[in-house]
Amino acid sequence: MNERRRGEGEEGTRAYGFDTRAVHAGQRPDPYTGSRAVPIFQTTSYVFEDPGSAAAYFNLQEYGNTYTRIMNPTTAAFEERVASLEGGVGAVAFASGLAAQAAAFFTMLAPGDHVVASSALYGGTLTQLKHLARKLSLEVAFVDPDDLSAWRSALKPNTKLLYGEVIGNPGGNVLDLAAVAEIAHGIGAPLMVDSTFATPYLCRPIEHGADIVVHSATKFIGGHGTSIGGIVVESGRFDWSNGRFAVVAEPSPAYHGLAFYETFGMYGYLMKLRAETLRDLGAALSPFNAFLFLLGLETLSLRMAKHVENALGVAAFLSQHPAVESVRYSGLPSSPYHGLAAKYLPRGGGSIFVFDIKGGREAGRRFIDALSLWSHLANVGDAKSLVIHPASTTHRQLSDEELTAAGAGPGSIRLSVGIETLQDLIDDLDRGLCASQEVS
Amino acid sequence: MATHPSPAPSAVDPRYQDPRTIVDVLRSARSVAIVGLSPDELRASNFIGFYLRRHGYQVIPVNPKEKTILGETSYPSLSQIPVPVDIVDVFRRPEAVPAIAREAVAIGAKALWLQFGVISPEGARIAEEGGLRVIMDRCMKVEHARHLGRMHWLGFNTGVVTARRARELV
Repeated sequence: MNERRRGEGEEGTRAYGFDTRAVHAGQRPDPYTGSRAVPIFQTTSYVFEDPGSAAAYFNLQEYGNTYTRIMNPTTAAFEERVASLEGGVGAVAFASGLAAQAAAFFTMLAPGDHVVASSALYGGTLTQLKHLARKLSLEVAFVDPDDLSAWRSALKPNTKLLYGEVIGNPGGNVLDLAAVAEIAHGIGAPLMVDSTFATPYLCRPIEHGADIVVHSATKFIGGHGTSIGGIVVESGRFDWSNGRFAVVAEPSPAYHGLAFYETFGMYGYLMKLRAETLRDLGAALSPFNAFLFLLGLETLSLRMAKHVENALGVAAFLSQHPAVESVRYSGLPSSPYHGLAAKYLPRGGGSIFVFDIKGGREAGRRFIDALSLWSHLANVGDAKSLVIHPASTTHRQLSDEELTAAGAGPGSIRLSVGIETLQDLIDDLDRGLCASQEVS
Repeated sequence: MATHPSPAPSAVDPRYQDPRTIVDVLRSARSVAIVGLSPDELRASNFIGFYLRRHGYQVIPVNPKEKTILGETSYPSLSQIPVPVDIVDVFRRPEAVPAIAREAVAIGAKALWLQFGVISPEGARIAEEGGLRVIMDRCMKVEHARHLGRMHWLGFNTGVVTARRARELV
């Protein structure tokens, strides 16, 4: 066949590779200008062709743009690109990772529903589940994510969702995705995972049985610490008509009686997530941020390879250092998660991990104070190397017990290893570690 | 279909879901007879009829219980349609498909399209032997919107990856 290949959809031959899709998926160079970069459609709203078209868009009888709180062409390119990289049927972007996650929950859950979640989660997620979800009459049980029998014994007749992180923040637990997915599917519930620390470069949870994947795009997807955003991807494989999810399957009073799952099939959950939950919560991503995330995704593979290479180098250095008590990185053979990482993260265990410094809280303070190349701040997944003390910052709202359950001790230091020259990162850490042990 | 996007679970022979056939059938057709088209505006079949009409197809309802649907005359069966039919799009139970396929062959339709969940290997064989192209367990609206329409505007994974300048959207 002579015709030039125009995308797998038309050729039906081998699918394009991950790196190709990270650069191209989601964008069809626009017919009016031919702009090679994805245009930034910085508009609130869209002129309708005629009254009939407007009605068709609002009725969801036609795919059309109405208002940027619900959809935007720049944001859509970002959504489709992430969906392609994750192997999902589609995605919906949000103003932050926490907004994305909350919207994913509220689209499928109703008051009185029960959720089983890992106890080793990002502090913001823990407070969202403990306090916000409970205010909305959702019941949440937290379990040790490493203990499959704990997941099983926490199940109740009204359990509607299992939730965990692919790589736990900050403890670095690696979730046994296939096993937890099987437990979820055994009771007709979906498995939702936060894959922020893995990115689709390191792990594609849908391939291992997860039904919904959420990301804080703020981290590695953006990659440069410029923008806050989040995204929800769905596999399209979960049967929302199994009798347990009236909120997705039954006619919706919030959308003139539309039955989303019956009408849109495998796209039904995402359609409801956009047309109802995003519409009503209002946490829309800015088109400019979507543009920056698209730029970030173009180099995701290059950056992640370097992040992981540096992380392994830093972890190996720390594990030999006399001032270091322990290093918790799944990429090291000494990690209890090394086996799970080999299965689910074969390209590397990410670049965010915790180590414990000898001398506890005060040594930790002196260590951070002595660094000059690592930035002390509350973010991860930047091209720049970052460092933080969770007990006094991101996980500050947690009690000591909750902190330990989340995988960080009072003297733990969390690193987010960037893409600088490895030796420079090591030299700076070495200075800090030496300073940490000086007797004042 | 290649590996992305994840297709709906389908035990159907992949030749009935070949994207080249799908695009060619969608591009070459003018008229679509929808067997089992519902007059209820909230049913999937009605969404699809509405959508296809917006995109320039002549939609011909086939539903013995109705006089008109979407403002078009509804016929009790395919054989009573007085104009040429390019695609026969089926929203009926799989058991009903072989008889519909025989009728589709008899009226000289060009393609038999079986919607999500309408899986009938026998119906497909009858249609193929009669010279029709067959698409099975795929939604006509979704496939049109994926390949030729605007589905990418709502963040869905169309599977289309291209560096070629798009034609004006239809």
